[in-house]
Amino acid sequence: MSVALNRECDLLIVGAGPAGLAAALEAAPSGARIVILDDNPRPGGQIWRDGPGVRLPRAARRLRSRVAAAANIEILCGARVVAACPPKALLIEMPEGGALVSCTKLILCTGARERLLPFPGWTLPGVTGAGGLQALIKGGLDVAGERVVVAGSGPLLLAGAATARTAGAKVLQIAEQAGREALVRFGRGLWRWPGKALQALRLWSPVYRAGSHVFEALGDQRLEAVRIRSADAVLEIACDRLACGFGLIPNTQLGELLGCAIVNGAIAVDALQATSIADCYAAGECTGFGGSELALVEGRIAGLAASGQPARAAGLAPQRERWRRFAAALERAFVLDPVLRTLPTPDTLVCRCEDVPYAALAGCRDWVEAKLASRCGMGACQGRTCGAAVEFLFGWSPPAPRPPLFPVRTETLLRLADRRHSPPARPAEPGR
Amino acid sequence: MKCDSGAIVVGAGIVGAACAEALARRGLSVRLLDARSGGATAAGMGHLVTLDDNDAELALTRDSIVRWRAWAPAMDEGCAFRGNGTLWLAASDEEWALAENKGARLAALGEAVDLLDARALAGVEPALRTGLLGALRLREDAIVYPPNVVRWLLRRHPGQISERHAEVVEIDGRGVTLAGGERLAADVVVLANGIEAATLCPELPIVPKKGHLAITDRYPGVLTHTVTELGYLGSVHNSEGPSLAFNAQPRPTGQLLIGTSRQFGSRDRDVDGGILARMLEHAAGFLPVLRELNIVRCWTGLRAASPDSLPLIGRHPDRDGLWLAVGHEGLGVTAAPTTAELLVGAIFGEPAVIDPQPYAPERFLGRSGAREGAEDA
Ligand SMILES: Cc1cc2nc3c(=O)[nH]c(=O)nc-3n(C[C@H](O)[C@H](O)[C@H](O)COP(=O)(O)OP(=O)(O)OC[C@H]3O[C@@H](n4cnc5c(N)ncnc54)[C@H](O)[C@@H]3O)c2cc1C
Ligand SMILES: Cc1cc2nc3c(=O)[nH]c(=O)nc-3n(C[C@H](O)[C@H](O)[C@H](O)COP(=O)(O)OP(=O)(O)OC[C@H]3O[C@@H](n4cnc5c(N)ncnc54)[C@H](O)[C@@H]3O)c2cc1C
Repeated sequence: MSVALNRECDLLIVGAGPAGLAAALEAAPSGARIVILDDNPRPGGQIWRDGPGVRLPRAARRLRSRVAAAANIEILCGARVVAACPPKALLIEMPEGGALVSCTKLILCTGARERLLPFPGWTLPGVTGAGGLQALIKGGLDVAGERVVVAGSGPLLLAGAATARTAGAKVLQIAEQAGREALVRFGRGLWRWPGKALQALRLWSPVYRAGSHVFEALGDQRLEAVRIRSADAVLEIACDRLACGFGLIPNTQLGELLGCAIVNGAIAVDALQATSIADCYAAGECTGFGGSELALVEGRIAGLAASGQPARAAGLAPQRERWRRFAAALERAFVLDPVLRTLPTPDTLVCRCEDVPYAALAGCRDWVEAKLASRCGMGACQGRTCGAAVEFLFGWSPPAPRPPLFPVRTETLLRLADRRHSPPARPAEPGR
Repeated sequence: MKCDSGAIVVGAGIVGAACAEALARRGLSVRLLDARSGGATAAGMGHLVTLDDNDAELALTRDSIVRWRAWAPAMDEGCAFRGNGTLWLAASDEEWALAENKGARLAALGEAVDLLDARALAGVEPALRTGLLGALRLREDAIVYPPNVVRWLLRRHPGQISERHAEVVEIDGRGVTLAGGERLAADVVVLANGIEAATLCPELPIVPKKGHLAITDRYPGVLTHTVTELGYLGSVHNSEGPSLAFNAQPRPTGQLLIGTSRQFGSRDRDVDGGILARMLEHAAGFLPVLRELNIVRCWTGLRAASPDSLPLIGRHPDRDGLWLAVGHEGLGVTAAPTTAELLVGAIFGEPAVIDPQPYAPERFLGRSGAREGAEDA
């Protein structure tokens, strides 16, 4: 229908989080026609997720207004990349329809998502991810007066708890699975990143408990209580919400689909943030977890490199190095305890889209067999959630992503024919 | 025949599994070897469909569907058997005439068929586009989820079928050699490795025919029958370039499985966006609501095609002890039960369940066959 929505540009940036916005801003002075795509309704990514009840930090507002002021940057919000259309075009879905966006250079800034692990009761209404609850609150969810337990692993627990508290919730407990010693070691090293030390102090909470994890969520129709285990005790806490996430995993799907090399679960990049395929860069958390500061420098480097300014890009290497060391320290501190693999019972759902219980997977030899036998990962989320859980539980690497990366309207996929000049199809024998 | 060291079946797709089951049912111990290289059984549509392009195809599919219906009550829910029937859609006067002919012919054979005029069709499948002239309904046709049928078949004779993840690199009538060099001997060796048949037996005239499929999110009730177009019958059968045929199947999950394309000369499994888009456009021409529905996954599969589109079922004429069950193209799921009965019946010297001649490997192999194959190529 609407070939009019199709676009061409010099530089296409996927993801309008810190990395994507920083990349666009550094590339803008080159005069390149830049398009930034993001599937959220407003730019900002995860950390600067915007919404009705949100007051963004100053740095975020400044970055956003500078990007908005640049005449050669177009931001398409609510635009999701669903497939690649080689060479050098991506298929996107927007509320107003599908479109092909073709470009000369591409920067992937697709960020990360939360790792959710299954335990009895984790699918009850009232249970969300830690960042997930944060996103809901920023989107307008009212949690005033509610009793919230935050659990899982990583710095996001503190951020999620702070958001909930600011919104008027009572945070009863923050259960961090990483052990006390690891966290103390991490805390002692924090002086090297004073900003982070201050942030940790600001977010610190007296109900933070290291070395503890939720092993059951209780409730009939919705969450009523959680059970938490630590070395010396088992605790049952009555609550209205559980916000539970076990660290972040890079969103590599689009990179994989394009053929970018993946190393350690992240898009592999060189010193200039270039991926293994020509004219394609990647920055921010799709290249590995590291927080917004690292995402910002990486984004700047990628923006400079992709717009023909490699020397300036190289000049930012020391900054990047500093934040990469911070990322490495985080990774060491928040390693997942193998005991978490024992939480699911045979009937705990692992794949929510297809209602696949743990028992249906336990007998399988690999992901392909599990998928064919149980439909695990074949539902609407395409294994985005259960793939990471299954990898942690069984050690099976999830299969390579296929288009469409997200459920997409048929109408949108029809756009893939726009640039094709293959011979018209003939009627054939019946579908078999 | 003597059966001291049992049988080896190469390939654990639906055809290999059905053969292994038929061998085990006759008391043989079976070693089933599979390379897990990704077969058609996991990729196809699982439509159990009566086809009558020629007598041989009709005999094979009819006999098979009777066997599927006999299996159905014993199959588990994972096999997803649904006897929901097929509707062959007529979009023109010419196709309506075809529907009438086909219907009369099948009815004469005792098939449960009925003709639906435009109103009746709109009554049973209101989501189809208006303006269709009607449809021929085949009530015995059905659908299954083939990967789970494979598992069900292999569980039927406990202890008699051992399955092993192994790639066969050499094959003859006395056994097979595995990657790594291990040699396994057997009195009977069945080759059922689909598209890879010609890598082990280069004399087999089997080539890939790639197909694209897409599946929607859950929309229960949009369709009840498997719907497919009659349009192809009037078209020229040409083997170059991709061709399209509409087929939409309501899965028990409420999802719609949409097919399909056919393309020679392509061995890769990548989704080709251009072909996918045209396939969906074509499908939306019959099922307009499809445009608004969400597609959750797309994939491809390779059909193992023989020169005359019929499978090769029977003894390899030049390799003693080697038996073939390959080349089922787009019908291997439907035809698996009868394929297994024909092949294993022949191994045991039983009377054939249908005339085996049209599927005899001799038509392409051996002295006379080699000549025919050469003329075909
Ligand atoms: C749920 C969640 C909450 C978080 N909250 C905090 C927090 O409060 N504080 C903090 O310090 N850190 C937080 N983080 C960590 C955060 O990821 C980083 O600090 C930072 O946002 C990373 O920046 P980025 O630019 O790499 O990616 P992101 O900020 O994640 O931005 C990536 C953007 O790309 C979009 N995208 C991805 N794929 C596609 C596609 N195919 N099509 C279109 N758009 C796409 C995403 O929707 C997203 O908007 C959170 C992470 C998550 C997952
Ligand atoms: C898109 C599409 C749609 C289809 N729709 C239908 C339909 O609706 N109805 C229908 O009846 N049919 C349909 N078919 C056809 C049907 O799926 C196939 O005919 C059938 O699955 C073939 O089964 P098979 O067991 O012969 O081969 P496969 O399923 O391909 O199995 C062969 C097996 O052999 C193994 N193998 C290969 N080489 C070796 C080796 N060297 N050593 C060991 N193992 C090896 C492979 O790993 C594989 O598992 C469709 C096919 C496609 C592609």
